[in-house]
Amino acid sequence: MPIWMLDTIEVIINGLMVGVLYSLVALGFVLIFKASGIFNYAQGVMALFAALTLVGLQSGQVPFSHLIKAVTGIEISHFGWELPAIVAILLTAGVMVIVAILVERLLLRHLVNQEPIILFMATIGLAYFLEGLGDLMWGADVRAVEIGLPQGGSLWFENLTKGWAADSGYWGMYIDKLDITATVIAGILVVSLTLFSQYTRIGRALRAVADDHQAALSVGISLRAIWVIVWSIAGIVALVAGAMWGAKTGVQFSLSLIALKALPVLILGGFTSIPGAIVGGLIIGVGEKLFEFTIGPMIGGATENWFAYVLALVFLMFRPQGLFGERIIERV
Amino acid sequence: MLYREAGDFKTSYAADEQTFPIRFDRNAFYVLVAVAFLLVPFVINNYWSNAVLLPFLIWSIAAIGLNILTGYCGQVSLGTGGFMAVGAFGAFKLMTAFPDLNIVFVVVLAGFITALVGMAFGLPSLRIKGFYLAVATLASQFFLVWLFNKVPWFMNNSATGHINAPVRTVFGQAVTGAAATPAAKYLFCLAILVALALVAKNLTRGRIGRSWMAIRDMDIAAEIIGVSPLRAKISAFAVSSFFIGVAGALYFTVYFGAVEVTDAFGIRVSFLVLFMVIIGGLGSILGSFLGAGFMVLLPILLKNVMVGGLGWPTDLAAHVELLVVGLLIMVFLIVEPHGLAQLWRLTKEKLRLWPFPH
Repeated sequence: MPIWMLDTIEVIINGLMVGVLYSLVALGFVLIFKASGIFNYAQGVMALFAALTLVGLQSGQVPFSHLIKAVTGIEISHFGWELPAIVAILLTAGVMVIVAILVERLLLRHLVNQEPIILFMATIGLAYFLEGLGDLMWGADVRAVEIGLPQGGSLWFENLTKGWAADSGYWGMYIDKLDITATVIAGILVVSLTLFSQYTRIGRALRAVADDHQAALSVGISLRAIWVIVWSIAGIVALVAGAMWGAKTGVQFSLSLIALKALPVLILGGFTSIPGAIVGGLIIGVGEKLFEFTIGPMIGGATENWFAYVLALVFLMFRPQGLFGERIIERV
Repeated sequence: MLYREAGDFKTSYAADEQTFPIRFDRNAFYVLVAVAFLLVPFVINNYWSNAVLLPFLIWSIAAIGLNILTGYCGQVSLGTGGFMAVGAFGAFKLMTAFPDLNIVFVVVLAGFITALVGMAFGLPSLRIKGFYLAVATLASQFFLVWLFNKVPWFMNNSATGHINAPVRTVFGQAVTGAAATPAAKYLFCLAILVALALVAKNLTRGRIGRSWMAIRDMDIAAEIIGVSPLRAKISAFAVSSFFIGVAGALYFTVYFGAVEVTDAFGIRVSFLVLFMVIIGGLGSILGSFLGAGFMVLLPILLKNVMVGGLGWPTDLAAHVELLVVGLLIMVFLIVEPHGLAQLWRLTKEKLRLWPFPH
């Protein structure tokens, strides 16, 4: 095979892996949108918050240490222990569940029956709040996630592909081990979510609520409980996404911006479809990498910032409800 | 007693159709304008101008612009930052290409350029609605900022990535550049704001404004009674972008003088203006002012209390500020989803009956 073809394949594979990570974030959006019709802008910040909490708990950092220092003058920054990764992950999941309960109690409960735009704004407020809270609790430094995820390129794959090129001087394809891990974990997550919603009692209730709020209420499903469950699941998905992205880029503010990257994914896939989120993520991931690889150098590079949005925009012109979204039917 | 409409008789059509039909409103408006034009310029200093008044005036223009689109026409937009960038770069290119052109025309022309760009990005609104549209406008935000960063022509090949506003004068007074006095800058922005606010107020009372509101309330019904969605939506995008472009031009030329596009016109700006509109009140010109004032004053207040009053380090104060802004937005939406303008409406109701509420 000629080298350019192998390069293209490499770009596509890497695009698919990035796409999986986009899908992970988009998944959180879809879950909440299906169950409560709320477009949760805070999903990205939830990922950031979860990653910050994970790193903070694991390294035994004292929460609010800066604030304590400023208010009382006592300087404590460290408990002096380090938690094993699995304990820290479970604790963080617990924190995300608590966040979900608080969000339902203090925010959503008071905003029932408001217009979608008001709810959307409320989640933007929530995003600011969580971002401030995360920074206040754990500080704003960039930190690395160390939960034993493999790092670096896969040598095995590089050696495997080395012999494929017809010409000499080809070094094989570079694929990040972390991306492979993320793909596997995302796959497991999607399968287990699907099984959960198909075969458990709560999952059936979730689908009922997504289908028709009022009918679900009338057969005795508690909407509030469902909201807490959905926000908890979204929080845990955010934790996974935050840990993956955090391991890739370090835990920092820009992590919350991946939420914005997930929006075009949602448009492509449709707001209400879980398979849509996955396929949309893959299309966006491959599309932006290929575009950057082929056309990017001609127009100055860094096209990844906007390509996804413009793709989504063009796409919307032809199919406003997304690939798998429910057909929009207008009635007067 | 204080605020009433009884006894306020109109004897001509002109009197009936005036912008402020209630005498108290009218007089309050005259007094405010008089104070703003005749008193404030004499007491203004650098701190007040740069920290409070100029941002307030400029953000008010942007908030009115977004309110026309989101509040009156019901089209949610997250592209405000990008459109402000268009205004700023339009002004920059006009200023450097035509050095003799008066700054007033520069600002207005920059607004028209932005209106054209806004109409182009408004086209998808004919097919898509709600959140899908909000995401589509994000495309304009990211694409425009990227475009201004990557194409050297827009920056006149500036090596630093900054654009600088040259000195321009109005009636012999410098309003841009380092030599401009606070009073001159303030008056320039104020004059533009008052003119634009009057235009906005009257547009929203008239035929166009009614067609926007009809589209917002129920687009299909509006279409059936003969409102053209194409004209209503595109005109809303055009007018809104004009306002936002003017705001962007003033923000760059008068307020900052030199900007770097990613810093000054990033996604945060889009959200800031959206907050102003929501907190102020959707579908209210007065609300745009109140919202802009609130979002300008709140960080200053918080900063003064925490850094000045309690002596906390600035990074900690910045985190608390984020937290408080987020919290306030949520509390506001729970307590009064229709914003500060609605609070004012309720106050007026109370004042009408005061002091005999029964």
